[in-house]
Amino acid sequence: MKLYEKTAFELSQMLKNKKCSAVELLGDVNERINNVEDKVGAYVTLNESAKSQAEAVDKAIADGREIHPLAGIPIGIKDNISTKGLRTTCSSKMLENYVPPFNATVAQKVADAGMVITGKMNMDEFAMGSSTETSYMHLTHNPHDTDCVPGGSSGGSAAAVAAGEAIVTLGSDTGGSIRQPAALCGVVGLKPTYGSVSRYGLVAFASSLDQIGPMGKSVKDVAMMQSLISGHDAMDATSKDIAYPDLLANLTDSAKGLKIGVPKEYFGEGIDDEEKQSVYNAIKLLEANGASIKEISLPSTEYAINTYYIIASAEASSNLARFDGVKYGYRAKDYDGLTDMYEKTRSEGFGDEVKRRIMLGTFVLSSGFYDAYYKKAKLVQRKISQEFSEAFSECDIIATPTVPSRAFKIGENIGDPLKMYYSDVCTVTVNIAGLPAVSMPCGKSSYKNMPLGMQFIADKFKEQTLLNAANAYENLVGGFDVISKAL
Amino acid sequence: MKDYEMVVGLEVHAELNTESKIYCNCRNAFGLEVNTQVCPICMGMPGTLPTLNEKVVEYAIKMGHALNCKINSVCKQDRKNYFYPDLPKAYQISQAEVPLCENGHLDIMVDGEEKTIGVTRIHIEEDAGKLLHDESFSGSLVDLNRCGVPLIEIVSEPDIRSSAEAKAYLDTIKSILQYINISDCKMQEGSIRCDVNVSVREKGAAEFGTRCEMKNVNSFSGAVRGIEYEAKRQIELLESGGKVIQETRRWDDAKGMSFTMRTKEDAQDYRYFPEPDLLTIVVDEEKIKALKASIPELPNKKVSRYVKQLGLSQIDATLIAEAVDKSKLFDECTALGKCSPKIISNWILADISKYSNDTGKSIIETPLTAQRLADLLAEVEKGSISNSAAKKVFEIILSDDKDPADIIKEQGLVQNSDTGFLEQLAKDILAENEKSVADYKNGKTNALGYLVGQCMKASKGKANPGIVKEIVTKMLTE
Repeated sequence: MKLYEKTAFELSQMLKNKKCSAVELLGDVNERINNVEDKVGAYVTLNESAKSQAEAVDKAIADGREIHPLAGIPIGIKDNISTKGLRTTCSSKMLENYVPPFNATVAQKVADAGMVITGKMNMDEFAMGSSTETSYMHLTHNPHDTDCVPGGSSGGSAAAVAAGEAIVTLGSDTGGSIRQPAALCGVVGLKPTYGSVSRYGLVAFASSLDQIGPMGKSVKDVAMMQSLISGHDAMDATSKDIAYPDLLANLTDSAKGLKIGVPKEYFGEGIDDEEKQSVYNAIKLLEANGASIKEISLPSTEYAINTYYIIASAEASSNLARFDGVKYGYRAKDYDGLTDMYEKTRSEGFGDEVKRRIMLGTFVLSSGFYDAYYKKAKLVQRKISQEFSEAFSECDIIATPTVPSRAFKIGENIGDPLKMYYSDVCTVTVNIAGLPAVSMPCGKSSYKNMPLGMQFIADKFKEQTLLNAANAYENLVGGFDVISKAL
Repeated sequence: MKDYEMVVGLEVHAELNTESKIYCNCRNAFGLEVNTQVCPICMGMPGTLPTLNEKVVEYAIKMGHALNCKINSVCKQDRKNYFYPDLPKAYQISQAEVPLCENGHLDIMVDGEEKTIGVTRIHIEEDAGKLLHDESFSGSLVDLNRCGVPLIEIVSEPDIRSSAEAKAYLDTIKSILQYINISDCKMQEGSIRCDVNVSVREKGAAEFGTRCEMKNVNSFSGAVRGIEYEAKRQIELLESGGKVIQETRRWDDAKGMSFTMRTKEDAQDYRYFPEPDLLTIVVDEEKIKALKASIPELPNKKVSRYVKQLGLSQIDATLIAEAVDKSKLFDECTALGKCSPKIISNWILADISKYSNDTGKSIIETPLTAQRLADLLAEVEKGSISNSAAKKVFEIILSDDKDPADIIKEQGLVQNSDTGFLEQLAKDILAENEKSVADYKNGKTNALGYLVGQCMKASKGKANPGIVKEIVTKMLTE
């Protein structure tokens, strides 16, 4: 078994016990990148200083210094998370040459832990999309079938884990952007509770919904990563000042006594039968091992997509206004005066999907429409949150499909925005309510054995409960077979 | 012509003098090299987030208390979206729906009469940067040092009816800001600015006329002239059968005229919405109370007290009350009860003001304590030293840091009021100046002044001039 096929948890033990060095591990991952990156296209930028980071870890181990359990583990970081001195493009022409002068709080934590940053991962432009096809840079292909999309927007982050091009990655999730690609690429992806991971340095898409989270091969890997990146940050006013548990140390693996809620609205029309069936099978397996199942209802789910696109686009229209050609990023070559410079810069610098959302957001915030759209959406948001709160009074976690169907073909949905938006139907409610949720592999599609995904949702700041349940499932199925054999 | 009245409302923007900016740790300072007081946050770099400086909330609440506002202990911040190169995020964080303070009022004094002006609201917001234009370079450059400097916007009700009231309102606001020490109010540095809303109507009309907003009013005198210009323009328009159009106008101070900037049709839509990067502001009720208790007696209340209780004129009362150092010295000095408020006021506005103007020193920073001033003026009022001697003592207090009693003693400045001595003196002087005595008796009354002067000279300035004058007059008319 090659090193890149192993989990971060296993590699952490190996590094500690000197079964391998950080430089060897990085070399193995780099070799894999050399072999498959042409077919996958997970990276936007490779980090040239990765080797020296790995050497520093080896030196620390050789010197007998105490190291973080994640030290030496190669990590890829989504290209909307600011990395000091390392280009951060958001996969947009607008920021094609933008090099941040500071680290995002999570990037700093990753660096402080001695993790080795392999590079920056491809994504939908400014995280707007569900297939990584809106990237200005290039396409990313699903490692299990390169004709298919990896999902999005954190498509590069998910594909890299499934391809073995990084051991773990960071993504960001505004409406499903970690969980949906995790499901389509067959990896584990955690969207943490809003406020548990600092957003400082994450280039904002929708500030009230965005959350950075980890992706990896196992529940243990995302548990380790989440404990590293979570915590209060004085630089982010929305970050919550509470005690965060050591998720790995407290991880359990039994389904016994677990109360699982199954909301009927997530198993209705529009969800493929094989998706539904694989989640039902998983629930039955958990039930057979001591979990109890309760059918629940979350009736406002049908309004979630509309609510999400109003709130997210409204915030995006304001957040992306700063890309105006004045201070950094792209500026149109020829223009006549200030207004013309603004118009040409933004027309040329943004792709179609970003412009679509800016226009939608500008519209819903306009005077005369604000009450009918934005204000109404905020009311529905409250209603959706209440329904989840009530549900969690009678269950520990809620189980649903992560996606309506397996990965679709590249080009299949790109001309149909509404169909593309619908691929987030099972995930957006979680962001609207600010909850934590994890997606994990759950069976295979009849089509080319493509991965299917199951989502667990827990109440706010109940990451431990959430990951314990996911870990129980992972143990019952004998671990997830993440690395693609199709490459 | 019909009898018109103007209706004016004012929006005052004041920069707060907190140590750091409103949403980052950069220094809040004026006049430093361009783009040096900046960081990724106030420059609006991608991924940065604001965190609220709580001092800004405290300062704004203080102003809320000073203007008798209701304090909203729970309120939020909103984004005001517009594109301009001096606004790096392309939105200004401000407060839209619910301001921190609202429903207040301010008492001002105009021509000796008190008038109450309603205060609609006070909210907190961030300032923008500055565009730089110069012949030494083409195009525009931007200085972001001012981005994120904390501001409060104080919006008045349309209660102002004359440019004099507007001036009194603005001066009172400014003196209060300085009194509670939350703004430097340096007009030339742009730390206090105002927008003006003006309409006119026939006197006695129930409805307001159509209003115009005037921007770019950079001084209080500009505001006064702008209001007068705008009211006159509107009246002339109405008199000639025209109609006032609701619009935003730009005041050109150099030309003394205003020009159309934009009409209501192309008014900007700022697309306000709640700032998702910041939490709801929740201020503890105890803290609100403590801030209220920290507000000193304000200058407008002082003016009223000085006029009504201490008998000063409105002009003198205002001049003293609006200067923090002058009113402090005046209040401390009157509290000692050793001399009349009038003489204290006269001295503060004449000799003491002249001294601080000449030296550039605040009168608080000199050796002239309230106690020393009261001791000195008490001697003057008792007649034990002359006015000219008092001026000498005043100078020595400032230069040598000594008590007046010691100076009077050392310099031998005590006035001689011994009538026996003074009668003998007058007798001698009259005998030596027969011609002047004759002149006086022939109706040349100014000879009296000469004779008194001679007495003073002979006594080396120590004779009590009042008593000498009495004695000489008596002797001449006998």
